[in-house]
Amino acid sequence: MLGGGGGAPKERRHPNSAGAATRRLGVGGRGLVIAIPYFWLLLFFLAPFLIVMKISFAEFQVGVPPYTPLVEWVDDQYLQVRMSFASYFYLFGDELYVAAYFNSLKIAFVSTLFALLLGYPMAYGIARADKSIRNLLLLAVVLPFWTSFLIRVYAWIGILKNNGLLNNFLMWIGVINEPLEILNTEIAVYIGIVYAYLPFMILPLYSTLEKMDMSLLEAAMDLGCRPWKAFLKVTLPLSVPGIVAGCMLVFIPAVGEFVIPDLLGGADTLMIGKVLWAEFFNNRDWPAASAVAVAMLVFLVVPIMLFQGYQARQEAKAKEQG
Amino acid sequence: MSQQARSLQDQVARTEKGEASDLLKPLIQIEGVTKSFGDFVAVNNVSLTIYQGELFSLLGGSGCGKTTLLRMLAGFETPTSGRILIDGQDMTRVPPYERPVNMMFQSYALFPHMTVEQNVAFGLKQDGLPRDQVRQRVAEMLDLVELGHLGRRKPHELSGGQRQRVALARALAKRPKVLLLDEPLGALDKKLRERTQLELVNIQENLGITFVVVTHDQEEAMTMSTRVAIMNQGRILQVDTPHAMYEYPNTRFVAEFFGSVNIFEGPLLEDEPGHVVIGCPDLSVPIYVGHGISSREGATVYAAVRPEKIALSKEPPADATYNTATGVVEDIVYLGGESTYLVRLDSGRLVRVDLQNQTRSSEPELTWHDRVHVSWEHSNVVVVTS
Amino acid sequence: MTNRSPFLISALAFGFAFLYVPILLLIVFSFNESKLVTVWGGFSFKWYGELFQDEQLLGAAKISLLIAAMSATLATLLGTMAGLIMARFGRFKGRTLFSGMITAPMVMPEVITGLAILLMFVVLEELTGWPDGRGITTITIAHTTFAMAYVTIVIQSRLSQMDDSVEEAAMDLGARPLKVFFLITLPIIAPALVSGWLLAFTLSLDDLVTTSFAAGPSSSTLPMVVFSSVRLGVTPKINALATIVVGLATLAIVMAGYIMHRQEQQRKRAMQRALAEQDAL
Repeated sequence: MLGGGGGAPKERRHPNSAGAATRRLGVGGRGLVIAIPYFWLLLFFLAPFLIVMKISFAEFQVGVPPYTPLVEWVDDQYLQVRMSFASYFYLFGDELYVAAYFNSLKIAFVSTLFALLLGYPMAYGIARADKSIRNLLLLAVVLPFWTSFLIRVYAWIGILKNNGLLNNFLMWIGVINEPLEILNTEIAVYIGIVYAYLPFMILPLYSTLEKMDMSLLEAAMDLGCRPWKAFLKVTLPLSVPGIVAGCMLVFIPAVGEFVIPDLLGGADTLMIGKVLWAEFFNNRDWPAASAVAVAMLVFLVVPIMLFQGYQARQEAKAKEQG
Repeated sequence: MSQQARSLQDQVARTEKGEASDLLKPLIQIEGVTKSFGDFVAVNNVSLTIYQGELFSLLGGSGCGKTTLLRMLAGFETPTSGRILIDGQDMTRVPPYERPVNMMFQSYALFPHMTVEQNVAFGLKQDGLPRDQVRQRVAEMLDLVELGHLGRRKPHELSGGQRQRVALARALAKRPKVLLLDEPLGALDKKLRERTQLELVNIQENLGITFVVVTHDQEEAMTMSTRVAIMNQGRILQVDTPHAMYEYPNTRFVAEFFGSVNIFEGPLLEDEPGHVVIGCPDLSVPIYVGHGISSREGATVYAAVRPEKIALSKEPPADATYNTATGVVEDIVYLGGESTYLVRLDSGRLVRVDLQNQTRSSEPELTWHDRVHVSWEHSNVVVVTS
Repeated sequence: MTNRSPFLISALAFGFAFLYVPILLLIVFSFNESKLVTVWGGFSFKWYGELFQDEQLLGAAKISLLIAAMSATLATLLGTMAGLIMARFGRFKGRTLFSGMITAPMVMPEVITGLAILLMFVVLEELTGWPDGRGITTITIAHTTFAMAYVTIVIQSRLSQMDDSVEEAAMDLGARPLKVFFLITLPIIAPALVSGWLLAFTLSLDDLVTTSFAAGPSSSTLPMVVFSSVRLGVTPKINALATIVVGLATLAIVMAGYIMHRQEQQRKRAMQRALAEQDAL
């Protein structure tokens, strides 16, 4: 909508009056357009989770498929339901799993924090840069995302190895005499996660910071706020939506990360994604892998809901502003 | 205003009273239309008749329902209740692509991926018109809006004023029975707006197509329209010619929205068929009004006096029994052709008076802190009850 | 206003160095004569030669490209519908669940989605006989499912930026809704469709975890082959592959950027011309 006084936008944007074009598609057309992607997502996204849930209550057996059926006809008469909590007891009984969960949360949390500490000033710097180079800088943030994730993680192996580039460099300038043990430790995992997910932190931060009216800061300074205080009192609170989104986008996938701990972490770097992978591919214990997945989901439900709530709010806001 | 428009106004007035022999046929009949969005009632039981050849304005502030009403005429919204007839046919539930009306959007809504010619041709192609006819009509339309030389440009290669004219040409190309215009001049700067107003009226009169214009600008409504409907909170308050709307507003809201006005509130003292008298605490004398109203004595009513209809003088008026008061000039706003005087009455009430600047002298006859008498003729007051 | 605080500039410098130095090192060492990745042994193309003789890698690359093209196309189709639903359909029964299913795949850990979709295939096969074994089809379906979420977001945000009165205008001029979509909406959002497709293509090409779950024994994709070789340690051949991937991605992005920049310039010039004409009136 262009400016002008007409009160139309408010009336027009009323939730019930969305898109006349589609409302008039007719019930058949509209229904079909909804049905196709809806059906796809139900079949290949939602239903699979229910199956994971179901199989997590089954028992491991050797065979195809490698789990016992949950519901069975006995003598063609009785419907027998066998729910086994064996996988869950196993899960919570074994310290290894509990430790893996907490370690995953810890690693994800710390990495998210570092990504925020590095990403925020970068996003701020880009948002405040000259318009002419802003897009170029943004492109530079996104570019690694278009190259391979696997290769970017792989790149760190050569750098962090005992006889790798970082150690060679540090020894060459004389900071250390012996190579530091970085690869195959948790530190390498932190570095890997921050590196791989940094663009996901920067982009939402940038988009809130860029939208922010610079005159707000100027007004704060005009009213006697020192720049640093103006930042704390104006910029930071206003960028909270970006911080939340960025942190969610890093934290949630980081909890379940597999490639990074597998390639950069050591044998003792326990992360839940790795455990699930091992249960499934090495032990072929599908019920256990499913139980691990269900437990991981439970941990992630709160942050995922937070994220979706945020998405919904952004959507509503975008609609309001037209 | 052209003579043609004036005679149409007279004809409409006679038709509405049912006394003409040449009764006009109603083109748009809106019958008891209500539109609600959830709990919010955007348009509340509106009835309205618009005649062939009119340039009709829907005037009101933000959120008054004027745009919703226009969108119901176009078919983008369906009334919650009530009927809409166009040329005698019930259009209430007819989709937009089957209605004999076209719309010019506030944002112009030009198709960005099509040239000017393709934009104008779009509607004609939907009707399946033969190619050479489409080409001919497009050329005709572009000539009409003086854009014949820009046919191959894309919308983003045009200025705001040019885009507005493309939007007009596109909406007129199908020769609709009614053209709906949503804030047609809203996106133009002031100078361009004044010129475009005249162009729009000329085109309308030449083509004889009925225009329904939504606007929030009372000056625009006043200069362009044959008739105006003022809307507030989903209801129509008054439908009249601009002249009648200004001189005889039927409510306080209309009086204040359509031009500026001084409103004096007070009890009705005398209520005779030919005149009324209102007691007004803001003035030292009562207000005498030269027309009757239907209200009971003692009820609170409002007397409305336009600022340019008030006289200002250092001498007391000859007859000081009614319609006068004394005060001090508090502020003078020089506006070129006229000056606005703000007079603080002895009661503390501020009154606005507009006076023509008929001489060039930089020293006005009246100046700050002068003690003055304000007064007006009893024929220049209008009483409204709400 | 630009803020040239030294703190921000050094943060940007450090951040970009952090992002790019590892990639640059990869590229440099792909031209290394020595087999030792960390010791420079002279300039050479020999790892590129070896790369192009590795039948397994080339075969996997072919499979990956095929899957990426198919799933990107499917994801664009489905994602466009979903984006349209989200941006234009207003309220309908089950909208909340739908929007949840759109955003969830983007944040869900891949090990979970991968495991889930694999189990789905197993159950489906048990019940219906389809899909018969796992391979290119199942990988394509899995990739389509997570890529369509990204396409949906791209299309949805483009649609909500679009002035919807343009669609109303077309309808007002007599076009039926289906025609409005194909004549007006689709051409206008075409650039978003292209970027959605490219995004889906890249995501598919790059995916390891979901693919590993959905893949059968005969359908190893490029990331799977790379992963199993990387697990054994750093090899210069992978460096060469990485250089090619980075090079192609950079080329594509720089080209896209250049085209967009030029269009923008043209648009600006046209705008100025129109304004100049208006002033001349």
